[in-house]
Amino acid sequence: MMKHWKKVATPLIAIVAFLAFWEFIVWVNQWPNYKMASPSDLIPAYAKYWNLFLIYGWQTLWRTVVGLLVAVVFGTLIGMVMGFSRTMRDALYPLLVGFNAIPKATVVPVIALIFIGQHDFNTVLIAFMISFFPISVAVSIGLSTLEPEYRDILRSLGASKWTIFWKIALPKTLPEFFGALKVAVTLAFIGTNLMEIVEPHGRGLGHLFDSGKINADYPLMFAVLIALAFLGILLYYIVVGLEKIFAGWAERPQG
Amino acid sequence: MTNLIEIKGVTHAYKTDNGPLPVLDDLNISVPEGDFCAVVGPSGCGKSTLTKLVAGLMKPDQGEVWLHGERVTSPRSTVGMAFQNPVMLEWRTILQNVLLPLEIVPNKMSKREKEERGRELLALVGLEGFEDKRPSELSGGMRQRASLCRAIVHKPDVLIMDEPFGALDAFTREDLWQTMHALRAEEPFTGVLITHDLRESVYLADEVIVLSGRPATTQHVENVKLEGRTDLEVIYTPEATDILHRLRHQIEIAQGRAEGQTKDEEAA
Repeated sequence: MMKHWKKVATPLIAIVAFLAFWEFIVWVNQWPNYKMASPSDLIPAYAKYWNLFLIYGWQTLWRTVVGLLVAVVFGTLIGMVMGFSRTMRDALYPLLVGFNAIPKATVVPVIALIFIGQHDFNTVLIAFMISFFPISVAVSIGLSTLEPEYRDILRSLGASKWTIFWKIALPKTLPEFFGALKVAVTLAFIGTNLMEIVEPHGRGLGHLFDSGKINADYPLMFAVLIALAFLGILLYYIVVGLEKIFAGWAERPQG
Repeated sequence: MTNLIEIKGVTHAYKTDNGPLPVLDDLNISVPEGDFCAVVGPSGCGKSTLTKLVAGLMKPDQGEVWLHGERVTSPRSTVGMAFQNPVMLEWRTILQNVLLPLEIVPNKMSKREKEERGRELLALVGLEGFEDKRPSELSGGMRQRASLCRAIVHKPDVLIMDEPFGALDAFTREDLWQTMHALRAEEPFTGVLITHDLRESVYLADEVIVLSGRPATTQHVENVKLEGRTDLEVIYTPEATDILHRLRHQIEIAQGRAEGQTKDEEAA
């Protein structure tokens, strides 16, 4: 029980300490809130715009999650293709790396122009494009580094390729997959907000950030950043929860 | 008695960047049903290739492999395999690992019958009480015991073992040898044991086949049927020592170190 409490309390104390330090820095330097808002400036911002935070926060959240889900499906498929076929791996890697190297901020206007007016679709697309790469790489590495003995045990019994994938390759790859998914979560948020801020269309927390900028409401801008951080943490811990359920076996007891 | 395993004139080469690398050359081995055959030979002589051919995981370039009067062209469920690396599915319990083959091989066993079979085998190798543990909680020797259970859970005709005890310390290895005898007393299977431990081959096998260096061919067949051999002491009898000497000498020939035999070498 004590252990459990400690597990929750430790990160909370760290967050409180961080906020206190932030408040202190602003106070010591006597920064005005247009230079650097302090945590105490944020409370009025949340109080004033709480309904906007809920509406826009939800828009950002669901579009990020959908983009992430598409990234999981597509990224896993690409990873499987590259993990099972040497030729496909050689063929696809440079393409993927090149694609990933293109700054997504430059892709945003292109996408916004191609699918003009399809704001939700565009946002989901960017969130997906920015986050599928680590998933593909993790799945392909997980599959291609499967020890031959694993395969031979099932193959010698006459198991099909599909059975081998389902019973061994897939579960064996789950720890790597979840590692990549944690990275992908934060990337997907970046993607969503890129679209919301670079091509404003009146939706999502990115829009709220933008309006804060236009109205010189600096505490609001900082409040949006913290709200984004909160959503990121939320999604991250959901992934951690899923990881515990599906890949908890990979965690060794600390000795 | 019929020969359960029949390897006839098998020749095989691996394709490498520097041209074909012959590993087996006109290899002939026959193992009667119920017998236990150990294959020894210099390192890298193609012993592991042999296991893959018998299991049907590879096809030989030339020659034929027969099991039970049927020619092997693809994997078959009447074969069980154990490797030096006792790979366990870390996300499953030990019992679930042992039952894995029953999920692949068609059978009419109910879930309860499968579990009973798994538990029986685990008890037989001394892993009672570890059924629900994760593989990571077991020692190397225990994992290998579980791996042996998995190899025979579906009652295969043939058990192929590729240096199963090679990575274990000497005492654990001797324990596993005795476990092997215990398994043989309960479970009828024909065994092929690839090993580099001559004492192991003499203690466990009915016949020991010495392969020549690469490309490997059958160089020598030694019949080993020692009296009362479930007792480990049997390795230290003069009879066993004689056999060990002969095998040792054959290995030296296979390694190309001893062409003509001298009394000194035999004594050494």
